[in-house]
Amino acid sequence: MAVPKICGIETEFGIAHTGTDDANPIAASSLLINSYLSEVERTGEGGPAAGVTWDFEDEMPGNDIRGIAPLGSLAPEIETHLVNAVLTNGARYYVDHAHPELSTPECSNALDVTRYDRAAELILRRSMEAAAQILPPGQELVVYKNNSDGKGNSYGCHENYLMARSTPFSQIVVHATAHLVTRQIFTGSGKVGSEAPGLTTEDVPFQITQRADFFEEEVGLETTLKRPIINTRDEPHADGRLYRRLHVIAGDANMSEVATFLKVGTTAIVLAMVEDDVLPREFRFRMPVLAMRQVSYDLSLAKPLELADGTSATALEIQWDLLDQARKYADSHGLDTVGGSVGEMVIDRWEQVLAGLEADPATLAGQLDWVAKYRLIQGLAQRHDLSPDDSRLAALDLQYHDLRPERSVAARAGLESLISADGAQAAITEPPLDTRAFFRGQCLKRWASSIVAANWDSIVFDVGDEPLRRVPMMEPSRGTADHVGQLLADCDTAADLLNRLRESGTR
Amino acid sequence: MAEREQIKKPAPQREQTEVEDAPAASEQAEELKAELEDLLDEIDEVLETNAEDFVKSYIQKGGQ
Repeated sequence: MAVPKICGIETEFGIAHTGTDDANPIAASSLLINSYLSEVERTGEGGPAAGVTWDFEDEMPGNDIRGIAPLGSLAPEIETHLVNAVLTNGARYYVDHAHPELSTPECSNALDVTRYDRAAELILRRSMEAAAQILPPGQELVVYKNNSDGKGNSYGCHENYLMARSTPFSQIVVHATAHLVTRQIFTGSGKVGSEAPGLTTEDVPFQITQRADFFEEEVGLETTLKRPIINTRDEPHADGRLYRRLHVIAGDANMSEVATFLKVGTTAIVLAMVEDDVLPREFRFRMPVLAMRQVSYDLSLAKPLELADGTSATALEIQWDLLDQARKYADSHGLDTVGGSVGEMVIDRWEQVLAGLEADPATLAGQLDWVAKYRLIQGLAQRHDLSPDDSRLAALDLQYHDLRPERSVAARAGLESLISADGAQAAITEPPLDTRAFFRGQCLKRWASSIVAANWDSIVFDVGDEPLRRVPMMEPSRGTADHVGQLLADCDTAADLLNRLRESGTR
Repeated sequence: MAEREQIKKPAPQREQTEVEDAPAASEQAEELKAELEDLLDEIDEVLETNAEDFVKSYIQKGGQ
């Protein structure tokens, strides 16, 4: 049976330190985040959680769902020495490799993920402004929400979905691959040129996604080399007997809220259908990695993808089939595990967007990133008679993702908004109500000085007169406002809370 | 090439759009074009002035 699709997004942002010849991306990322944390501490906005660090106790990114990691596979290293903060909205804000990264809190539905993703942009924007106060005149930190530098270096926007441990992993691989390869037609953020070996801007003037060029394997543990379409990291951040967490690395970072909403919403529904074993047809690609690129390079959306059974289908046809199944699934099983009414919103928008893509993608310039970007790239090329490899087109591509309001092209592109300005603003400091992020965020907001560390599945308290106490949160759908709201309201101090938890055995 | 299989789509409502009369459609197209021109004016203003240096200097190593 499908479990609630608790989900979230972790985005690695591109960063440029301008006005200096001595730029170091790790130092720049640290400065960016520390500037924000100092600013938050100074103003008291966003809670005084700045001093609370991430707890690495349960991090095991090297664990492989398949039980054994194949020889030569490379697990990510944990960098415990870099800045790593937990925010009062339940998010994690940290330096990962050489990038600033923000993980949204756990959310119960795609609309909330979209809201926290928008809040993440606002946090990064405030970070840039705070850093500008500290840097010497003429220097600036600039953040880009994209996935590639155009020179073969990529950084990810990863999604996470809670799944039932009992679902056979092989079933996840088949159906998730079909969806991840074909959903690119609405999740892509668009890119000028190609970074795949041997291909130039002449071969691929424009493609649908930022990431497709970088995938080399079908299934695997890596995230930085030989990236696989299906990542096998087995780190549930929850009770591992009941759950796994599907870590999706195949998506683009989106500027468009509609694209983020559909990316997460459709994937959550497909995964719920896998858990409930309702998908009658398996779309196995003959060559999945090639199919990933074929979809990204085919702006006509018309070229069929070869299937292993000798037939073929286009990305649009596979998406229509998945949507059809989703409608049936909504009738037979309901959509409670994917946010109820939000799940219905996802299905309606999914249909509208597929219909638009089929009729004329240009009609979706206000909804999908790749369409919005392509329209501007074509427009600028025509206006100035630019060849496909002209730097101005590459600059426009990059600047589409610039998070500075005065420079952002996406902010000017007329993209439809699903999230109110107030909703996004509130999400900078307030956790979601209906996941364990509520408990984490509220504790940080009220008792940060009694918390030494926190992570996805526990909080470590130090209330002075007793040993450090770890409060585990192994169930992602508990610790909600309904569940612990009254308890928290009844406690004045962290010590009160610990006593109450000890008495009741509540977690 | 292998024979393609027909996949049944959920009844879409897009046939209705064809009912729209032509003048309205072309008016809309004109409007869109004007809007794009305005947008491109704005982009010409905000685009980094030295595109070549800007693009060349944007290097991001060590990502996932």
